[in-house]
Amino acid sequence: MTKKILTCTLLILAMASSAFGAAFKLGGTAPLTGGAAIYGMAAMRGAQIAVDEINAMNIDVKFELNYQDDTHDAEKAVNAYNALKDWGMQISLGSVTSKPCEATAAENFADRIFALTPSASARAVTEGKDNVFQMCFVDPNQGSASAQYIANKNLAKKVAVIWKNDDVYSKGIRDTFIETAPKLGLEIVSETTFADGNDNDFSVQLTDAQKNGAELVFLPMYYQPASLIFAQAKSMGYAPKWFGVDGMDGILTMEGFDKSLAEGVILLTPFNADANDEMTKKFVAEYQKRHGEIPNQFAADGYDCVYAYCQALTQAKAKADMDAEEICKLMIEQFTTMKFNGVTGSNVTWAKNGEVSKDPKGMIIKNGAYVGLD
Amino acid sequence: MTMRRLINLKRVEARRIYLTYFIVILAYIICQTMSSTKFLSSTMRGMLVPICAYMVMAVSLNLVVGISGELSLGHAGFMSVGAFSGVASAILMQNLIPFAPVRLALAMIIAAIFAAVAGFLIGIPVLRLKGDYLAIVTLAFGEIIKSLLNNFYLGVDSGGIHFSMLSDTTRLLPGGKLIIRGPMGISGIQKISTFPAGFILVMIALMVVFNLVNSRSGRAFMAIRDDRIAAESIGLDITKYKMMAFVTSAALAGAAGALFAMNYSTIVANKFDFNTSILILVFVVLGGQGNMLGSIIAAAALTILPEKLREFSDYRMLLYAIILIITMLGTNNSEIRSFFAKLNPFKRKEEAE
Repeated sequence: MTKKILTCTLLILAMASSAFGAAFKLGGTAPLTGGAAIYGMAAMRGAQIAVDEINAMNIDVKFELNYQDDTHDAEKAVNAYNALKDWGMQISLGSVTSKPCEATAAENFADRIFALTPSASARAVTEGKDNVFQMCFVDPNQGSASAQYIANKNLAKKVAVIWKNDDVYSKGIRDTFIETAPKLGLEIVSETTFADGNDNDFSVQLTDAQKNGAELVFLPMYYQPASLIFAQAKSMGYAPKWFGVDGMDGILTMEGFDKSLAEGVILLTPFNADANDEMTKKFVAEYQKRHGEIPNQFAADGYDCVYAYCQALTQAKAKADMDAEEICKLMIEQFTTMKFNGVTGSNVTWAKNGEVSKDPKGMIIKNGAYVGLD
Repeated sequence: MTMRRLINLKRVEARRIYLTYFIVILAYIICQTMSSTKFLSSTMRGMLVPICAYMVMAVSLNLVVGISGELSLGHAGFMSVGAFSGVASAILMQNLIPFAPVRLALAMIIAAIFAAVAGFLIGIPVLRLKGDYLAIVTLAFGEIIKSLLNNFYLGVDSGGIHFSMLSDTTRLLPGGKLIIRGPMGISGIQKISTFPAGFILVMIALMVVFNLVNSRSGRAFMAIRDDRIAAESIGLDITKYKMMAFVTSAALAGAAGALFAMNYSTIVANKFDFNTSILILVFVVLGGQGNMLGSIIAAAALTILPEKLREFSDYRMLLYAIILIITMLGTNNSEIRSFFAKLNPFKRKEEAE
């Protein structure tokens, strides 16, 4: 009996896949379990919404999406990538986090499978690879953009930086921030670090910032340690301006987080969930309907990646029965020349080295929601 | 020497050793043929080298845990020392030695030396402890190695090799290259690890461990493990023998680390954390303490298993854990053991002997 059911399911699956025969096989790896799962899940959900929307449209391009878990680990990411290759992946969404994506990007390059990563922001991801592109800002750019934003908007003169010294993302942003800030007249009065394992107590770092009179604290980190920093600063009565980068995005949906702590936090991110354009509204509504929360920047990046692919494939007149290498050639041509409008920016273009060019948006957390600053 | 020693062994033991070699060689030939005829899936092909590295890790840890009877929880630390020193030396030798296999072999030897030195230094304080205390201190040293590597910067320019701690103050001349970049680890590694190299390393590890175990020193390891006081009373130098096992194990782990790291384009110190140490310990415990073939099979099985469970998507790691628990319970159940012993013709003879 079980066997029969099994054969039936297999048959149905086989039929389903033949019905989708004309679909491009789109694969990506993401941390779907473990500490970084919130990013992986968001990017995957965003991409899934875009795929569903495109498949429902009356156009030639159809997608079949397959996301595999990489637990935010380079070794597992390569395993996941190979699993996708066995599945027949034609175009890739790379990996969601930086280090795993560095490892899979090398595979993408060797196998000539085109990759567009939603959110792997390290420079090493695209370096030296002509077929790996990014949807998000590269880390160093976030650091200099943050410094420029703070200086241009006159947010503060004395700045403290707290960063995670065993994290690629944090270090990448910190390095360019430290480099750029003094040139723009900002004074860095305190610079302190933490690492995996001692990220529960920030009193030393906060006291140092307070003692040196920092008006603004720059936090190039993910939101988990940031949430603790806000709580501890409040308990010691220190209330500077807080400035985060895209890793801070998602803090409001963190379980058990008191949203009032993040009140007034400024963050630089390319996506603003309460923007008024049609595309964003539609995406946010759909995401909320499916998952009951406001999409963060990772979800938006995932969503944009699929639409960018759709545009490029349509313009290149690519067919789903082409092999990965042929599509790769067409995609390199398209991505280096096309202009893309998505929810994370308009008139987005890509340089030959795979880096994206779009404007960052300043956001502030007001009454427990992200609000655009400009 | 090797031959004579093996001939002098009890037949059962010699048979077990030859069986281990035979199975490893057979597995290599099968995988290599399947891989070259494209019969092997990409997933499996991609895992061949890491499996070899994990096998060496398991065999080397088994020398400490199974043979010399000390619970070490920081084995991944030696792997990371080997990984970083091996990759860094491979990058430095890139122009000097263009032939990749030689470069890989040299890198693995350098990695083994560095890891052995680390093993020796850590061994001095650690091996004066025993039992739980030793386990806790090895765990701490594993974390210390991780922290040090996370704050270590190494660069090379026309003026030579420069390094710094905590932050990058190497001040390289133009044209210089930062190799180890603290938390960012090493990027842009040339992937020169190959499956044949991995196989050779596994064979070397097995030969080293088997020969050591069946030598005079190996007997001393086991004597110390079984009764420390009795061993001390007949004049065995406990620290010396423990150190010998510990340093050998660290050296093999270092070579495995270099092999592992050069299979990926990037490596970070955080990869070699407490979880990795525990994973290797699980290989050893599941395979049987002191049982090298068991460790090898466990290492391969537990590396492949999570990948084979991918079709269960969200329930993957849950299933993995359940299978692990069942296997652990099953291998410790005397009834199941005697059932399998009956199936195994070698085991039956062994009992008769």
